Formats: sequence, structure tokens, C-alpha cells
Amino acid sequence: MDSTGPFVIFFASIFTGNILLSNFLGMCSYLSVSRELKTAWGLGLAVAFVMTCTCAVNYFVYHNFLVPLNLEYLQFIAFIIVIAAFVQLVEMVVDRVSDRLYAALGIFLPLITVNCAILGACLFMVIRKYDFLQSVAFGMGSGIGWTLAIMALAGLRRKMSKRSRVIPALEGPGIVLIVTGIIALGFLGFSGMVGIN
Amino acid sequence: MITAFVMPALYIGGLATLLAVIILVAERYLMDYGEVELTINDEKKLKVKGGNTVLGTLKEHRIFIPSACGGRATCGYCKVKAVSGFAELLPTEAPLLTEEEIADSVRLSCQIKIKNDVAIEIPEEFFRIKEFHAVVDSIADLTYDIKQFCFRLVEPESIAYKAGQYIQFQAPEYGENTASVYRAYSMCGIPKRNDCVDLMVRLVPEGIATTYLHKHLSAGDEVTFTGPYGDFYLRDTDRRMICVAGGSGMAPIRSILLSMSKEQIAIKEPIFFFGARSKRDLFLVDEWWQFEKDNPGFKFVPVLSQPDPDDNWDGDTGSVVEIVGKYVQELSEAEAYLCGGPGLLNACIGALTKMKMPEERIYYDKF
Repeated sequence: MDSTGPFVIFFASIFTGNILLSNFLGMCSYLSVSRELKTAWGLGLAVAFVMTCTCAVNYFVYHNFLVPLNLEYLQFIAFIIVIAAFVQLVEMVVDRVSDRLYAALGIFLPLITVNCAILGACLFMVIRKYDFLQSVAFGMGSGIGWTLAIMALAGLRRKMSKRSRVIPALEGPGIVLIVTGIIALGFLGFSGMVGIN
Repeated sequence: MITAFVMPALYIGGLATLLAVIILVAERYLMDYGEVELTINDEKKLKVKGGNTVLGTLKEHRIFIPSACGGRATCGYCKVKAVSGFAELLPTEAPLLTEEEIADSVRLSCQIKIKNDVAIEIPEEFFRIKEFHAVVDSIADLTYDIKQFCFRLVEPESIAYKAGQYIQFQAPEYGENTASVYRAYSMCGIPKRNDCVDLMVRLVPEGIATTYLHKHLSAGDEVTFTGPYGDFYLRDTDRRMICVAGGSGMAPIRSILLSMSKEQIAIKEPIFFFGARSKRDLFLVDEWWQFEKDNPGFKFVPVLSQPDPDDNWDGDTGSVVEIVGKYVQELSEAEAYLCGGPGLLNACIGALTKMKMPEERIYYDKF
């Protein structure tokens, strides 16, 4: 059992152990959707929400279903099935309840099912033996950290499109990956603050 | 040993089933919008089941909106005016709508869902679009990869269309194709013969519909299609007519030219440039030479870009775009009808505008 407090885990997963910039999970949608700030915000919100909830739900699935039956090794399959079903449900609820929310993040929800950061967060919480509160804090923090990373990149890309002269060979994914690497190096500077790895 | 495999599989299966049931139940309750009223053009009022897109709902009520991508928000053909009752613009629609369209409440009918009483406006022509059931009358080889299909209409018995329009043919589930798809093909016959529809289809490697047409259809088989669609038709003016086509693009051009009266041909003096690679890609050539004989004023110009030495080709060689410049120079008063792949079309439009043809008089049907 990990004895770090939930708040510490929450802050650490945003800055020092950022799921995208330190663990490099969830890169595909990060690279493709970071073109515009508005869509980046929509996707970030959706990821944060789904990550928090699925960490909570998968905590129960793991400890109350897989462990008693000695099926821990099936966590990959079980987690993915739950994530997919959860995302489907959320999409239906959002579509029914709020048109504005659906317009903002509805179309991103199916995209999130295959976001490896979601599965990654669930698997980390198992590896690090977090209890329920720690898992939720971790999920929420990772989601917010992911959103922070994609918003930072979206803002940078917007500035870059106006002012930077990028060589044609690096335009698009090339320069974006280099910039992401530099941001990741910057976040490395936080590592002394508090560690959760 | 078996228990080690079967039990875990059953447990995971059980979990998946439980989740599937939850989703199905949720769908039944959440997605049940009940019956709502759809008003079209301020006059037609329909009682429809809520929860579906405008495109899907109208299809169920036998009103067909043109669609090439089947609801994937990539073609932009399904635009309708959303007068009232709809949610705000979705990010999937924005790339396909111009600013004026957005200001005018034009939306993609494949993306907007009917959740309450709504009102839309659609062009009158859409009401003429129907679903047709027909029977394959004949299949003829035009070249090694292009076939001509004649479908005799069964229900409804006749079709009213303008020469140059197209239909959306339904290729059903077959072989490895697990869902039916719709593909657009231009009609190559004349509208006067309204009890049958003729298509020219080129076999596309790995193409779902063309493979079905070429390899799985024979005389007597039943087919389904919707139509007529399209803005590619003859403009009733006195202007000189330049027609350019490649491959199966000949279809709408043939339909237009064959439907013209002798007077129209004499006034408009159409000249038809048909581009192909080598002699084996040419077809219906004799029909066109005869048409030239019967209609002074019409000129047929086949152009080969890479004739085989065995072809003994003494006609025009090169790209069809260059050859157009050889036959006509002054184009500011002419109009053009183009049908072919994007490469040919873009090259033609560029060349024609350089020859002073105004862009709004270039009509085209892109594949």
C-alpha cells in the first residue's frame, strides 16, 4: 500500500509525473488535436473526466472482481472493456442532457476510448497499489496534467503559426515532437519537488 | 487445464455481457425522444421518431437527401437549411460550411439530430428523388475495364431526370463486404427513355461497388438505387459548348449530347474531347463518328496520351488539356462541361481559365 497522501499524488501527477510529458502516454490525439485551442480544451476536458471516472470504476472492478477470482492478469482486457462501455454511456448521457456540452466534447469521446493514457492511468494505479482515494486523486491529476500539456502545446502552436519560420521538412509532426520534447525537459525540472514514481 | 482457460474466458465474457446490457438499457431510455414533428418548407408536416439524424429520418420517410459519404461528414452534399429546433453547430460540420452558409443556418443533415419539434427547408428537387427497384437488362463490355449496364425499372416504372445527372447505386452485402454502400454513377442514356437507366462503370481495384457490378451481377438480377441527383446538366443558352471527359466520365457527356435537338447542336457547335491513354481505352468511337456525320456542327476529338506503337494512331496525341488549345482559342463566350478524375478536371479548369473562359461557365462533375 502506498502511503503518499492523495493531495500529494494529485499535484505530483500534474507536474512531476505528468502522464503525457513524463510517461509519454496519449500522444496520438495530443499531436493531432493540439492545432486549435478550442478543440484542445474540449478534448482535454473529456480526457480528464473520463480518466477520473474510469480510475474509480476500474478500482472496483480490479479489487472486487478480478482479485477475488485470481484473475489479476486479465486486467488489460477487463479495464479496456470497462473504459469502452463507460465512454459509450457518457456519450449517450451528454447527448441527451446538454447540447452545448455535446458540441464541445461529444465527438471526442469515441476518440478517447483508444487513448492509451486512460488505460495507462488505470494500470499505474494497480502497479503502485493505490487505495480508492489515491486512485481517484491520481486519475483526476493525470487528466488535468494531460489537459495542461495539450493546452500548452496548442497555445504554442498558435503562436508558432504566426511568428515562427519552420523549415518545410519539419513542418507539422516534426516540429511538434521537438517542441513537446523541450516542454518535457522543462517539466523534468519539477522532479525534485515531489516524487511519486 | 481447461478450467484455467474456460473459467477466465467466462468471467470476462460475463463482464462484457453485463456492460453490454447496461448500455442497451441506457440506450433505450436515454435515446428515446418519442414522436416529434418535422416541418419541411413550411408546409409538409411529418410525425417522426426522434433521436435520429435529419438525413436518416428523411430516408425512412422516403425523402432522399444527396449523400456521397453516407453520414461521415466528409462530402458536404447533404446540406439543408435548419430553420428551428436544432442544437448549435457541431465541430464536425464547421469545415464543410462557408461563413455565409453558417450565417444562413445551413447545416449538414447527416450530423444534426432531431430531438424535438424541428423545421427545415430543402430544395424542391429533393422531393423528386426516389428509391428505384430495377432488373439488370444487359451488361456490355466497352473496354477491358469499363462495362455498360442497362437497368430496366420495375418500381417505380419510370424516372424523370435531366441529362447529365447521376444516381446513387446500392451495392448490397456480399462476399467480404459486410454492409451495403452507396456509390454515385452518372446516367449515360437519354431521359426520353424513362423506363431504364444506363451506367458506364470502370472497375476500380478493390472498389466495393465496382467489383460488385463487374463480378457479381448478371442479366435478370435485381438492383436498387436512388436518384436523380446532381447539378451537372445542359444550360439552355446559345453558347459554344466544349466537352471534356476521360474514361467513364463519358457517361454524362453522352447523355447530354444525345439528348440535344439538331437545332441545339447546330447553334452550340459542341466539340467533345475524349482523353484516354492508348487505343484499348477508347470505346463507342464508331458511335461518335456516326454522330458527327449525322450532326454537322458537332466535332469528336479523341486524344491518346500514350498510344501503343501497335495502335497505329494518327489522331491527336498528348494530354487532352493541351489538345483543347489546338482546336479552340477564344473561349470568353463559350461554356464547358467536364467530367473525369480530379487530376484531369483541375488541369482543364486551369487551362480553360487561361484561355479566358469565365469560371462560372465551367460546369463539372468530379468523380
